[in-house]
Amino acid sequence: MSQTPFMEVRNLSRHFGLFKALSNVSVSFAPGQLTAIIGPNGAGKSTLFNVLSGALSPTSGQVFFQGQDITDLQPHDYARRGIAKSFQITNVFKQLSVHENVRVAAQMRYARYELFKPRASLRSAIEEADALLARVGLSALRNKTVADLAHGQQRSLEIAMALAADPQLLLMDEPTAGMSPEETASMMGLITQLARERTVILVEHKMKLVMGICERLIVLHHGEFLAQGTADEIRNNAEVRRVYLGQG
Amino acid sequence: MSLENLVNLGARYRVASVLLFLLAFPWLMPYEALAVNILIFGLFAVGFNLVFGYTGMLSFGHASFLGVGSYLTGIAMVHFGLHWLAAIVVGVLASLLAGLVVGYLAIRTRGIYFSMVTLALGQVIYYLFYKAERWTGGENGLRGIKAEVIDLFGFRIDFLNPMTKYYVIWFFVALAMWLVSRILASPFGAVIEAIRENEKRTAACGYDVARAKLLIFVISAGVCGLAGSLRALHLSVVPVDSLHYLQSGQAVMMCLLGGMGTFFGPFVGAGVFLYLEDVVTTLTKYWMGAVGLLFMALVLFFPRGIWGTLVHQLQRRGLLQVERP
Repeated sequence: MSQTPFMEVRNLSRHFGLFKALSNVSVSFAPGQLTAIIGPNGAGKSTLFNVLSGALSPTSGQVFFQGQDITDLQPHDYARRGIAKSFQITNVFKQLSVHENVRVAAQMRYARYELFKPRASLRSAIEEADALLARVGLSALRNKTVADLAHGQQRSLEIAMALAADPQLLLMDEPTAGMSPEETASMMGLITQLARERTVILVEHKMKLVMGICERLIVLHHGEFLAQGTADEIRNNAEVRRVYLGQG
Repeated sequence: MSLENLVNLGARYRVASVLLFLLAFPWLMPYEALAVNILIFGLFAVGFNLVFGYTGMLSFGHASFLGVGSYLTGIAMVHFGLHWLAAIVVGVLASLLAGLVVGYLAIRTRGIYFSMVTLALGQVIYYLFYKAERWTGGENGLRGIKAEVIDLFGFRIDFLNPMTKYYVIWFFVALAMWLVSRILASPFGAVIEAIRENEKRTAACGYDVARAKLLIFVISAGVCGLAGSLRALHLSVVPVDSLHYLQSGQAVMMCLLGGMGTFFGPFVGAGVFLYLEDVVTTLTKYWMGAVGLLFMALVLFFPRGIWGTLVHQLQRRGLLQVERP
């Protein structure tokens, strides 16, 4: 037996009633890699993403993280084991300040049910939140209420919150959804940068976008595993061309 | 010192400000018994606000905790002859336990279902106490709580004197407000606000949402239970409507009137509600009509409530720099 994969799913299926969103998918992810899960609409990308992040439990099959079976754990357990995610639809704390959003996310590693210590005494969480805001370019908006932020800025905040957990694995569901071309370019730059520090798996609809930056791609089609490989291999795969690229 | 500095100082030391205000409060009221009532219901609303305003769960069963606190304090004194201090402890412990049971059953539901489950469980508790006549006096309420003169570490305190009574109760309210303030300022306080804003994200951040909800529900029940215990001492009886769902509805109204999710808002709401009840009743028996009109006006034009609007306006104008007054 070779080295245990960083993350792995075995024979994964997820059905919604009669609809089979995922059928018998087995893939594994190597540590330190930037992998994209791609596929046409309805391929099961988001379902796989939700299973990987713990938001959905599979109908059958197993999920392993660093060799441990985490299939039946709750979403917060996934987060505590070092799996963080950014959602496709922005999920932030709208009525709280930009800084507080990231601070709460960072606080998880220091205190959760601490009832009497003032939160202001957790200096590290406060400082880390400021550093992350600087990194995603939101420092100037630190004290603004999140509801007042533009869409692209909320997307960046979302990434900062995922990073605040200092995760070993960062999952991103269509991180550039709804972004302008400029915002998309800077987001792709940020993702490339993040991928140098940790394992990143992203789900993306726009194939061209990820071809250039991902070390490995996994293609799904109709809920089934279709192909995997480097950008070149995928580009030259006849099956993939037929179901995906052929559609223009 | 400018007014602006004073406002910020007051907001920074919110517990001290509130307690100083409440020390002077009886002089602002037409008579002291009303001040005592507002003090007790203010605390009730503050406890309820932990769940409603800060965590975003609309419970319609919080009368249970007020009532359980009252009844158990009363029962401990009437049937077991306990010292009043011990009886307060019994009342608070019982409401914590009731909060644990109701919370455990209710927090698995969300939104309107949560409201309905808490309402239903509240009514179950109401009927349990209503039927247990031997212990609770049933329909007539629990009578015979002897609290004319209470003993405090050897000192005899005249509890018939409303001012003395006010300050004894003030002491317990002070303790509870300090505790609530600490909890709200804590890391856990940040977690419950995060739950109110977005449950899914809170879980994705690594927080166990169900556990946090249960914990704040139990704490809230305890604070409401303390209000109930104090009320039993104040009234010397426990009326059965303490447990009625109308009482739960009043907590919702008080929070909305004053400003949900603010530290002092529920107190303001309780004050306005009870003051109006008291003043308007002398003019017409349809006092609920007057409260209803004010309530509708506030919900329509000032959805942040009286205190909430004030705080928001001060913050917007940059006069108040404290983030969580």
